[in-house]
Amino acid sequence: MLLAVLSILHGTQIAVASDQASGNPGRSIRPVNSIADSSIHWPSAEQFLRVLTLRDFNTRVVVLGVACLGLACGTIGTFLLLRKRSLTADALSHATLPGIAIAFIIMAKLGGDGKQLAGLLLGAFIFGGLGVGAILVIRHTTRLKDDAALGIVLSVFFGVGLSLLNLIQQMPLGHAAGLNRFIFGKAASMLPVDAWTILIAALVISLSCLVLFKELTLLCFDQGYARSQGWSVITLDMVLMVLVVGVTVIALQSVGLVLAVAMLIIPSAAARFWTEHLARMVIISAVIGMVGGYLGATISALVPRMPTGPVIVLVCSGAFIVSVACGPKRGVVARTVAQKRLGRRVAIQHLLRAVYECSEMAEKKVSSGNTVANVTAPLGELVKVRSWSINQLSRLIRSACRGKLLVSGNSGVALTDHGLREAERVVRNHRLWETYLIHYADIAPSHVDRDADEIEHILGHDMIVHLEQILSGKVKSDPMPPSPHHLSVAPTDVNGVTA
Amino acid sequence: MTISTGQPGASGVSSPIGQNRSHIATGDEHPVTAPLSIHDMTVAYHRKPVLWDVDLDVPSGRLIGIIGPNGAGKTTLIKATLDLVPKASGRVLVFGKPYRKQRHLVGYVPQRESVDWDFPVNALDVVAMGRYGTIGWCRPVTKRHRTAAYEALDIVGMADYAKRQISQLSGGQQQRVFLARALAQDAQLYFMDEPFASVDVATEKAIVEVLRRLKDAGKTVLVVHHDLQTVSEYFDYLIFLNMRVVTHGPVGEVFTPENLKKTYGGRLTLLNEAAELFARQAR
Repeated sequence: MLLAVLSILHGTQIAVASDQASGNPGRSIRPVNSIADSSIHWPSAEQFLRVLTLRDFNTRVVVLGVACLGLACGTIGTFLLLRKRSLTADALSHATLPGIAIAFIIMAKLGGDGKQLAGLLLGAFIFGGLGVGAILVIRHTTRLKDDAALGIVLSVFFGVGLSLLNLIQQMPLGHAAGLNRFIFGKAASMLPVDAWTILIAALVISLSCLVLFKELTLLCFDQGYARSQGWSVITLDMVLMVLVVGVTVIALQSVGLVLAVAMLIIPSAAARFWTEHLARMVIISAVIGMVGGYLGATISALVPRMPTGPVIVLVCSGAFIVSVACGPKRGVVARTVAQKRLGRRVAIQHLLRAVYECSEMAEKKVSSGNTVANVTAPLGELVKVRSWSINQLSRLIRSACRGKLLVSGNSGVALTDHGLREAERVVRNHRLWETYLIHYADIAPSHVDRDADEIEHILGHDMIVHLEQILSGKVKSDPMPPSPHHLSVAPTDVNGVTA
Repeated sequence: MTISTGQPGASGVSSPIGQNRSHIATGDEHPVTAPLSIHDMTVAYHRKPVLWDVDLDVPSGRLIGIIGPNGAGKTTLIKATLDLVPKASGRVLVFGKPYRKQRHLVGYVPQRESVDWDFPVNALDVVAMGRYGTIGWCRPVTKRHRTAAYEALDIVGMADYAKRQISQLSGGQQQRVFLARALAQDAQLYFMDEPFASVDVATEKAIVEVLRRLKDAGKTVLVVHHDLQTVSEYFDYLIFLNMRVVTHGPVGEVFTPENLKKTYGGRLTLLNEAAELFARQAR
């Protein structure tokens, strides 16, 4: 895959060169008039398309670098999320700041300009590791809980970093203005060589994740079992954390340390809404991270002074919100629909039972052999059975009629064949459960109706067979047990029921 | 404390050297080939001792129930044996060698509540984890291992649920998945932490069936158990535990009202108070 990317980039270098020769500006998309100019220059559609389709070589490298970073973040972030270590990543990304500052000071003192990226990132890496170490030390040597350890490390390291940055401003060490870009991220400040570094590091990290897929899965799911099998949980945790520190460090330039954690967590949290399969979750998360990185880098390249980190986070959060809403099983929409559907099914089953019991109360013979017209109930009776309004009731009846469970006539509603079978099933479940409650849970017969009301809709076949077994000596259960209590509404108008 | 690290391994017959091993104070004998020997093990949480001086040899090829009241340290006994919680002192030998070298011979079924079941894997994936130790670092799970995992699922009657996401399984089914994971490992010595805790009838039957099969195959199984009514039906050897080993032996000999009373009848006040003292000192 790396080779493919390399060859694509190589091939296009020439194209870009010829592009520039024909008078197209390379990277500076729009000149900013002056420092005091605070208006936002929105890019034209042509510029937008130009960057989006990666027509400039430099843009292409930077955008691809950030996209690969998103891929790595999405991959490792999945395991971080499942290991429930999201906040550790936040703390360690903040902990990198003093590392950057100290590396700058050392390099400047040694006589460079202090801005070699490799050196700065090495400092960041070391301090990220120190941050994790500090969390572990606090966790194991004090009685403080995890959240306190994270809060302390995050704020102390970040505070030290900010003070050091201030100090650097006052030192005669030369130009330190560029360091701020590590806090909020600025992809546009990346040189092609930086982008290459990021790209390769991101791919290496993603690959290590895939190679360790099995081990990381075990670690995240059941560390106790892993340990009993001889896997060193500490080593695995360290590997995970090293990968996270690595990805955080290379994310510093483009996303910034304040928001680096978002790139790790948001794509994987969003991916969780789409699948119940870990490999697929990793892929989806990587894709979301990649798209987030790609769009974030492009947009921030187009709009001057727009930091990359927040834009990436905004794009990823967009994906997250869509996932929360539209995820196939866990999404809010899917769950609401499923709940509504269940609610309606329950309501219709209540209606069927009410019709059935009304007919029964009118001492009509009810069994599957009878004709449809026999199992009927007038509306006036039905409305008394439950606390539903006439409107609700008629809406339910219409819906049941559409489902071919009921037919409504002048004198009331009648069960169809199909409706009768369904009603018998529901009433039977209801009564079996009532009988069970009376005999085994010592609940008074007058109280069981409402208790059984909830369960009758969800009793599975196995449960019914089981109930039949334990109740076999206690009650006549075939074909229809009698109601173990008085049915609540006495029929007042027998004439309303057609014969 | 006996020294027996240099003894022959799992299948060896009790060696003559075993007769003249060196002794320290306790002076009791540990048969070298016992599937599990625990030597003078004491465990403390935050310096509060929860298990005192456990000294135990487990006979081979038995179904062993570990019983005792709440807080007796049953789970701790297993966890400390498996190095999952630190020991204050003591040593664990598995088939005569230190546990660390014999891990592949030991299967573990943790409590079901110990993991988050809302995890994006299916039942087969979890069972395949039992093979990870055999597969080793950085190698993928191959078809051979997946077949073995599937067979283990079949033994516990869960083959139909292989592709089911684990959060969609009932509690009993989850328990059976854990059991299958340990079976997939094909160990010699099994530890099961409350496998019968709040499971359905089908699962209870399946677990009992698996226990019988393991016994018939000559494996040794230690089970933390709560239900005293089923003890004599399920197990043939018992360990009575209440912060220390009260007694242990074949069910017929030790499952007596006196032993039950000794184990369950009230806390050991002095041990408890001593533990509290330790704990307060630590604060």
